[in-house]
Amino acid sequence: MTTLNGTRERRISKRDRSLGSRRLFASLGAALTLACAILAAASLLAILGYVVVQGIGAINWSFLTQLPAPVGVTGGGVGNGLLGMAIIIGIATAMAVPVGLLTGIYLALFGRGAIPEALRFLSDVLSGVPSIAIGLFAYAILVAPLKHFSGISASFAFMMLMLPLLVRTSEQAIRSVPQTVREGALALGMSNFRATMQIVIPTAMPAIITALLLAIARVTGETAPLLFTAFGSQFWETNPNNPMAVLALQVFNYAISPYPNWQAQAWGGALLLIVAVFILSLGARLMLRRAMRGLEA
Amino acid sequence: MTAEPQFRRLVHFVSPADRGFATVVYAGSILFALLIIALFIMLVLGSWPSIVKFGPSFIWKSEWDPITSKFGALPMIYGTVATSFIAIALAAFVGIMAAVFLADFAPRWFATPLSFLIELLAAVPSVVYGLWGLFVLAPFVRTAIGPALQHVFGWLPIFAGPIYGVGLLTGGIILALMIVPTVTAISRDVIAAIPRDLREASASLGTTKWETATRVVLPAARVGIFGACVLALGRALGETIAVTMVIGNRPEISASLFAPSYTLASVIANEFTEATSSIYISALIELGLILFVVSMVVNALARLMIWSVRGSRA
Amino acid sequence: MSVAPATGELLAANDLSAYYGELKAVGNVSIAFRRKAVTALIGPSGCGKTTLLRCFNRLHELSFDAFVEGSALLDGEDIYASGVDPMAIRRRIGMVFQRPNPFPTLSILDNTMAYRAHGLNRAQRLERAEHALRAAALWDEVKDKLKSSPLRLSGGQQQRLCIARAVAAQPEVLLMDEPTASLDPIATAVIEELMASLAERFTIVAVTHNMQQAARVSDVSAFMLADESGTGRLIEVDDTAKLFTKPADSRTEDYITGRFG
Repeated sequence: MTTLNGTRERRISKRDRSLGSRRLFASLGAALTLACAILAAASLLAILGYVVVQGIGAINWSFLTQLPAPVGVTGGGVGNGLLGMAIIIGIATAMAVPVGLLTGIYLALFGRGAIPEALRFLSDVLSGVPSIAIGLFAYAILVAPLKHFSGISASFAFMMLMLPLLVRTSEQAIRSVPQTVREGALALGMSNFRATMQIVIPTAMPAIITALLLAIARVTGETAPLLFTAFGSQFWETNPNNPMAVLALQVFNYAISPYPNWQAQAWGGALLLIVAVFILSLGARLMLRRAMRGLEA
Repeated sequence: MTAEPQFRRLVHFVSPADRGFATVVYAGSILFALLIIALFIMLVLGSWPSIVKFGPSFIWKSEWDPITSKFGALPMIYGTVATSFIAIALAAFVGIMAAVFLADFAPRWFATPLSFLIELLAAVPSVVYGLWGLFVLAPFVRTAIGPALQHVFGWLPIFAGPIYGVGLLTGGIILALMIVPTVTAISRDVIAAIPRDLREASASLGTTKWETATRVVLPAARVGIFGACVLALGRALGETIAVTMVIGNRPEISASLFAPSYTLASVIANEFTEATSSIYISALIELGLILFVVSMVVNALARLMIWSVRGSRA
Repeated sequence: MSVAPATGELLAANDLSAYYGELKAVGNVSIAFRRKAVTALIGPSGCGKTTLLRCFNRLHELSFDAFVEGSALLDGEDIYASGVDPMAIRRRIGMVFQRPNPFPTLSILDNTMAYRAHGLNRAQRLERAEHALRAAALWDEVKDKLKSSPLRLSGGQQQRLCIARAVAAQPEVLLMDEPTASLDPIATAVIEELMASLAERFTIVAVTHNMQQAARVSDVSAFMLADESGTGRLIEVDDTAKLFTKPADSRTEDYITGRFG
């Protein structure tokens, strides 16, 4: 009996030891995953923090409202870059929303089939194209033939960047309207046109606006295509047919310049960009929550 | 009355309002498709003179001389590939571990804000990354990371040579930061989609949570996670502004990670507006075409992989 | 056993079959629905009663790969004849769905004015809306909040709103697809009472999987059952009282007495 007990006890203690080392490994492993998650999040905070600290000093009323100062002269601002950004993104939105929404409606209503799948494939392809290549496309279409840089060519490039997001999310938004709401509209004798425009799309509107805010956030701060579309300017410019200053482009040019006061303004501009993007992203999230609530009821 | 099947479609347009509606919807969708097709065609047309003049040797020649109009893309291809692979190596490890944490280890109250923070990383504009990289990361590499690596691993050719601060390594690190959110978010979704039964079965055998994660869940999710990494790689390949600001902009191939380099996107960004001859412009557009094709292939591959695990388009 | 279509009935089907692609969901149904009466479609789940119902307002064909053979007659004319506008049919045949589906972005009042009709001015529409809400026994509960969102109403109230919405269009037929399935017993009772009064104005066809409800509210009952290949067939149609006490077919009797589902 005792031998049996003794043997059994020894075997149990062996299992305990390996369990112990396994537990140690498990704790180390868990700690590693935590460390990586913290590292990723902390990097964001580090960058954010640095930009805020460096940039906040540069932000003042004249920074926001004045034109860039010539080399060597202190002061000046990014006023024309802010204006250019607003105009170019505004035009881009006006171009992207109809095309994107209509394509989303098509995909939501016609669901399956070769042509809808082809459109979705094209949308995926477009979403992966580097923004510099899209800038080249805008250049080829609107800069080279007209022989001058322009804000509208930048809007065209931005439109291309916004489209995949708009198409994909507006399709999802329309699809997420319960089938029974659409059928209820049709059962009343409404045409597809009315059912879609008066009932389905308004119901999907919070989700569509979320998509729009995210698309705008996507192009705010996008710089590469601007290099040879908007090109930049030292002056106030409201005519989109001319080269225009854009904030992101100014930040880039100031950052790689050798002048400390321009570099300081680069940080200020960077802070403005981050603030803009974060407000849009947060706005999108709030809208999304409203959209979810509307559908749950 | 009728025997033949009618209306085999989700939608039936009959009234004049519906016909007009249908026309407008079709028109928008056709325009969408045409824009994307035109993008490809214009890139091909623009690169045509360069394709004709240099042929396939464009890809393996390494001389980039605008003055004599000799263009070879090899140094840029090298720079692009090297920075992207450094980026994915770093980002895959950190991102997958972070995803495991968020999906399986973290309590809900912690995971949600942490996920949100990491996703916000993806929203930071490229030029802000570049600015931070130029003024914070590059000096840090020059004064701290570089010497440390060289001290320990300096006998390896990749860690030899002068440390400028800007260069392949810095470019790779900045890219890693930019693509970590992609890897983390998609991997987390893929891991979370692995059915609970698998985890419960493993737990009932007496394994620790870590063992369940590494021996059961991750292998089950590996296709989707690999897809996430490939997708992130695709983004890294095309990233322009942040890399341009920290890569050093020298069209040379060097074994050392500390050496300045050049990427396909950077050379277009830096030289396009200065390009004088039409063959110069055409060569740059051909670089853009290479970027387009590579990113298209990589993305298609990635989505196939992610799709097969998640089972939905998202 | 099927009832041969009689002339003079408002709504009828003649050898009607409904398909989803290869699957024949409803097979060769011929039936006539008595005017201004409530006809209940009963049967176990999967017997095709909802599919049959949706053939009458041409909603069935909206599903992917769905189509219809045979004919459905409204006032003697085939609604599936070529050249017939489905929207016109749907203005004459209204529908109430299983789960209440008020339009979320329209107010309660706008919901009841959402139907399409030409030549009505706003005053006439408002009058119709009030009549419809009264007919749905909802007027007193919502008259002070006509502009508010329908999502604030309870499930039973929302369903009555949907009934009002359908009634305001002044159709000739009202199709109801398990209208009380998602409601509590009290709301169910309210709507069951409604159906009797609505039958004074409309021909009602109601699908229900609740036999007791069919016995309570309907004048005529039609029993359907899926055959071995999954196709729903009409087994028997008769006055409710007679069908539930002395059914002619043994399968009907089995269902009524609860021998299966």
